[in-house]
Amino acid sequence: MQTIIEASGLTKRFGDLVAVDHVSFSVRKGEIFGFLGPNGAGKTTTVRMLTGVLDSTEGSATVEEHDVRREALLARAHMAVVPEEANVYLDLSVWQNIMLMAELHGVRREKRLRRGKELLQRLGLADRTRQKARALSKGLRQRLMLCAALVTNPEALFLDEPTSGLDVQSAKLIRSIVADLNENGLTVFLTTHNMAEASEMCSRVAIIDHGRIVAIDTPEKLRSTMISRQYVEVEFAQGSPEMEELECLPGVSQAEMRGRAFRLYTKEPGGVLAEVVRLTDRKDGLKISDLGSRKPSLEDVFLHITGGRKEGGQ
Amino acid sequence: MTSEKESAQTWARQLHGSLVILKKNAYLYYLKPPVLIFGVLFPLFFFLSFKMGRPVSADNIVPGMVAMALWFTATAVGPLVTPWERRAKTYERLISSPVSLHAILAGDVMSGLVFGVCFSVVPVLLGLLLTDASVASLPLLLAGIVLGALTFASLGVLLAAPPASSPSNIMLLSNLVRLPLLFVSGIFIPIAEMPVWARWIAPISPLSYASSLIRAAFGRPGYFSVRLSLILLVLFTVVLFLGACRFHRRWRVKGL
Repeated sequence: MQTIIEASGLTKRFGDLVAVDHVSFSVRKGEIFGFLGPNGAGKTTTVRMLTGVLDSTEGSATVEEHDVRREALLARAHMAVVPEEANVYLDLSVWQNIMLMAELHGVRREKRLRRGKELLQRLGLADRTRQKARALSKGLRQRLMLCAALVTNPEALFLDEPTSGLDVQSAKLIRSIVADLNENGLTVFLTTHNMAEASEMCSRVAIIDHGRIVAIDTPEKLRSTMISRQYVEVEFAQGSPEMEELECLPGVSQAEMRGRAFRLYTKEPGGVLAEVVRLTDRKDGLKISDLGSRKPSLEDVFLHITGGRKEGGQ
Repeated sequence: MTSEKESAQTWARQLHGSLVILKKNAYLYYLKPPVLIFGVLFPLFFFLSFKMGRPVSADNIVPGMVAMALWFTATAVGPLVTPWERRAKTYERLISSPVSLHAILAGDVMSGLVFGVCFSVVPVLLGLLLTDASVASLPLLLAGIVLGALTFASLGVLLAAPPASSPSNIMLLSNLVRLPLLFVSGIFIPIAEMPVWARWIAPISPLSYASSLIRAAFGRPGYFSVRLSLILLVLFTVVLFLGACRFHRRWRVKGL
């Protein structure tokens, strides 16, 4: 598949601090590429280098084969950006905000009018066309920003935390629209801290930590590389065994309590499931209410790779 | 030939981008309180405080009034735009669009130019209607106003470059530059009648040359020749604009 975004040895230093350290990856045309990492890992700096806002100290990046430094304007003509902390022009109307971005991208009049109307309809903003952006809620402003980005008809869309802090309805709508557009060929570079979102939407994800890419693959493959982090989860309706009893079951490498459930880590979940059932049969007064094997989530992979540092400093 | 055509297309696209920026700035910033206070009210009160109760001839006061209005209005828009965009978090989307930083800044300069030229019409008309002053050379007056506004607008955009947490800090900085220069540029007193030390400083102020041109347009002797004033205003514009591009680029990411 053809590459649309390529980073090669991308590095950014701020004095002695190496914010991004020789990062290399490529994004294929038509995929949703997730970019994950803890706070301060170098995500936004990388995005800013890719979008030409920040010059790299070393390395290079291309968008549609245009170098983002040497041919910045050509590269930017193929992309649209929705930065994390960006805002719309509060004193312009919804329509003016959209038309401004279209005009900056040189979209022809009839095309921008048609596309603008379509997008307003699609993003549920059609009845707010003349309203000042100041009057919109955070969720609606985020929809407007997406609208203003999409009116330029980009080939690559950079989304930095697009659903962060949004109401459920807006977040769901944005995810569904991005997925639809992706089905029609739009490439999406998605920076997110929402692991469920990354897992659900992304064809591939890269995890960046301390400025370096530490993992890059499909969410499924990343999960399967952590075979030792598979587990069996069991919850008892009646009675409870000792933790030591569970730890001593054949095949269990580690056991821990999660709320009312026991989590038994193992490479052989089938065998451990059988052992738990046998233990319940052996001991009087024990009754299982829930039992099942689980694969590690993308969040588990993320926490494992980044040493437990999650977004938001948790 | 193809490369020339591509180059012409790029220039046309960037010029279009500058005009879009001009339109955006006119919508958003012309009526912002700092622009109206420092660009319109300031020169008005300066003029009144200078004129009230003093026997100053109309021939002297009208060119000075026009130059001062132009100085304040054309430099008022530039310092506001970038700091305001940074604070409102709209700057990053702007600089990641396919419009170069040069074109964005050219759009900001045009905004100051249009604002300055439009507002300078008011003192010209008031001077012509309410006093004996008359225009001796319309081309010189137009050159003085347009070139002066271009130079001052470029200065305004240069002053907006430092990363500031609040637009008011930049407005303060711009007043620290604008006010002292106002007093050594032959606005209130012709440069020839100023003390020696002030006459030494006058040539470093672009306002001196615009003021000379405008005085000459009203048939008054300018301190600097018309030719020198025209050349230096163009030179100041080029230097200030290139300086603005350089410093805006250097501090582009600060305060995003």
